[in-house]
Amino acid sequence: MMENAINKKSKAGNSKDKDQIIETPGQIVIKRLLKNRFAMLGFGLLIAIILFSFVGPLFVKYGYNTQSSNVKMPPSAINILGTDYLGRDMLARLMYGGRISILVGVVSVVIEIIIGTLIGAAAGYYGGKVDNILMAITDIFLALPFLPVILVLGSLMSDLKVGSEMRIFALMFILGILSWPSIARLVRAEILSLREQEFMQATEALGLKDIRKIVKHLIPNVVPTIIVNATLGVASAILTESALSYLGMGVTEPIPSWGNMMTVANKLADFQKRQWLWIPPGICILVTVMAVNLIGDGLRDALDPKMKR
Amino acid sequence: MIQYTVKRVLKMIPTLLVISVIFFAIVNMTPGDFVDAKANPNMSAEKIADLKAIYGLDKPIPIRYVNWAKNAIQGNFGDSLKFKQPVTTVLKSYVWNSFSLAAISFALSLLVAIPIGIISATKQYSAFDRTFTLLTFISISLPSFFVALISIKIFSLDLAVLPIGGMTTAGSKATGIANFIDILKHMFLPVFSLTLIQVGSWVRYVRTSMLEVIRQDYIRTARAKGLKEKVVIYKHALRNGLIPIVTFIGMSIPGLFAGAIITETIFTWPGIGKIGYEAILNRDYTLVMGFNIFMAVLTLLGNLLSDILYAVVDPRIKLK
Repeated sequence: MMENAINKKSKAGNSKDKDQIIETPGQIVIKRLLKNRFAMLGFGLLIAIILFSFVGPLFVKYGYNTQSSNVKMPPSAINILGTDYLGRDMLARLMYGGRISILVGVVSVVIEIIIGTLIGAAAGYYGGKVDNILMAITDIFLALPFLPVILVLGSLMSDLKVGSEMRIFALMFILGILSWPSIARLVRAEILSLREQEFMQATEALGLKDIRKIVKHLIPNVVPTIIVNATLGVASAILTESALSYLGMGVTEPIPSWGNMMTVANKLADFQKRQWLWIPPGICILVTVMAVNLIGDGLRDALDPKMKR
Repeated sequence: MIQYTVKRVLKMIPTLLVISVIFFAIVNMTPGDFVDAKANPNMSAEKIADLKAIYGLDKPIPIRYVNWAKNAIQGNFGDSLKFKQPVTTVLKSYVWNSFSLAAISFALSLLVAIPIGIISATKQYSAFDRTFTLLTFISISLPSFFVALISIKIFSLDLAVLPIGGMTTAGSKATGIANFIDILKHMFLPVFSLTLIQVGSWVRYVRTSMLEVIRQDYIRTARAKGLKEKVVIYKHALRNGLIPIVTFIGMSIPGLFAGAIITETIFTWPGIGKIGYEAILNRDYTLVMGFNIFMAVLTLLGNLLSDILYAVVDPRIKLK
C-alpha cells in the first residue's frame, strides 16, 4: 500500500520516472503467475473442477445415495453418465465424490503444514537439545513406510467398524500426521539461516518473547516455501486418498470419493463392459491432481527470487 | 567418511526400534487376529484357543513384543502365519520379482528422461519444451491404479495382445527361452505402467538441474571461447548437470527392492508389494511386521545414501 502511494507520488512529481514503477513482491509474484501459461491452465482446470464438485450438485436432481431401479444403465439423457449397481446417478456421485476428494486433500495438508511448521520452527529456533529431540522424532516419521502404514491403519479402521463419515476425518488426520516431516525439515533449514540475520537481532534488542519472534518474524519469512509445498502436498494427498479408497481402505461406501468409485473396476464384467463406471472418476483424479501440480509449480517459479524472465 | 557412515548406521538402530514398537502396537490393536480371520463357524472355541496359543496370540501385547524383538535382533522374524515359512524366506523369495520389475522400469525411465530433460533445458520455452513439460505433468499426476487399469483394458482385453496379470501363464511348463519370453510378456504392462508414472519426475529433475548449470558463468566462457554448442552442452554442462541426478539415482536404489504395492496387486505380479498388501488383508501379522521393518530399513538406507552421495559429489559439503 505504502509503496503504491510512493509510486503515485513520484509519478506525479517526475514524469521521467514513469518507467521505474516499484512493484511490491506480491505484485511481482502475481504478474509472473499471470504470465505463466501452465499455471493459468492449472487455475482454469481447478476452478472448473471446484465448480463441478461444489456448485454442480445444485443442478442435479439426484443425491449421492439416491437409489433407483435403473441399475447399471449406460449413459443416457436421464443419467448423463449412467448409473451404478444401485441405480445411483454417476454424474451426481462424481460431483459429491469430488467434494470428498478435494476436502480430504486440503484438510490433510492443513494439518500437515501446522504440525510441520511448528516443529520445524521450534527445532530451528531453539537448536541444541530441542532440535536434536524434534529431529529424531522427524527422522522416525520419515522412515515410516508411508503406504504400508496407511494400509494397516485402514484395515484397522475396517476391523473396528469405523463409520463412513468418521473414516474421512480419520483419513485426513492420518495423511496429515504421516506427511509433516518433510515440511518440518524445510522450515527448520530456513529458520536456521534466518535466525542469524540482523532483523532477528533487532527483535532481540526489542526484548520480544520467543513465541512472538517465531510466529510474527520467522514464520512469515518461510511462507513462500510453505505455500509451494502445501500446494504440491494437496496433489499428492489426493493421489494417496484415491489409491487408498480404490483399495477399500480409505473413504468407504455409501459416501463416494473418486477413488472408491473406481473399485467397480475389480469386477471383470463392469471393468470390461461398463467403462462409464470407472473411467470418469479416474479422469477427474488425473485432471485435479494435474491442475494442482501446475499451480504449485507455477507458484514455485513465481516465488523464487532468483527467477528472471 | 567411514566414521560418519558407521555413526549413521548405529543411529539407525534406535530409530528402527521405535518404528518397530509403533508398528507392533498398530498391528496388534486390531481386534481380529489371523486365527479369527481364518476361523470358520464350525471351529469350537477350544480349537480357536488352542490355535491362538500355538501362534502365541494369547499373551499380552508387551510380552509378545519383547519376544518378537528378541528374535528379530537375531534375524528371526518368526514364521508367516499364511505361508508357514520364516518371514525372511518369504520376503527373500519375492523380493527379486519386485526388483526386476522396478529396476527395468527405473532404467527405462532414465533412458527416456535424460535426453528429453537435456533437450528441454537447452531449448527452454520452445515447442519441444512446452509439449514435454505438459506431458511431464500428466505423468506426475497419473494415479498408478488408473494407469494399470487402463493399460489392462486396452492391451489385455480390447486388443488381447498381452496377458492380464501374473508372472507366467497358468499351467505353463515352458522352460528356458520360452519361459523367459513368457515372463517378459507378463512383465510388459507392469513395467510400462511403472515407467509411465515415474518418468515425469525424472524429466523434471534433469531439466531443472541442466537449466541451473547452463545459466552459470563457465558455460558462458565456454561459448565465448568459440566452442561448438554441442561440446558446451554435452561436455561442459552435462557433467555438472548430472551430479544431482546421480545422487537421486543413488538414493532411489534401495527403493527398488520395496515393491510397488498398487501396481503389483493390480497385475497380480508376485512381488513383495503384493505379498505385503495381502499380508495386511490376511492379518498375517508376523509377515506384516517383517515387511514393514524391511521397508523402514530401505527408507533409512536411502536417506543415508543420499547424504553420503551429496558429500561425495560436492566437496564443499563436510560430513561430521
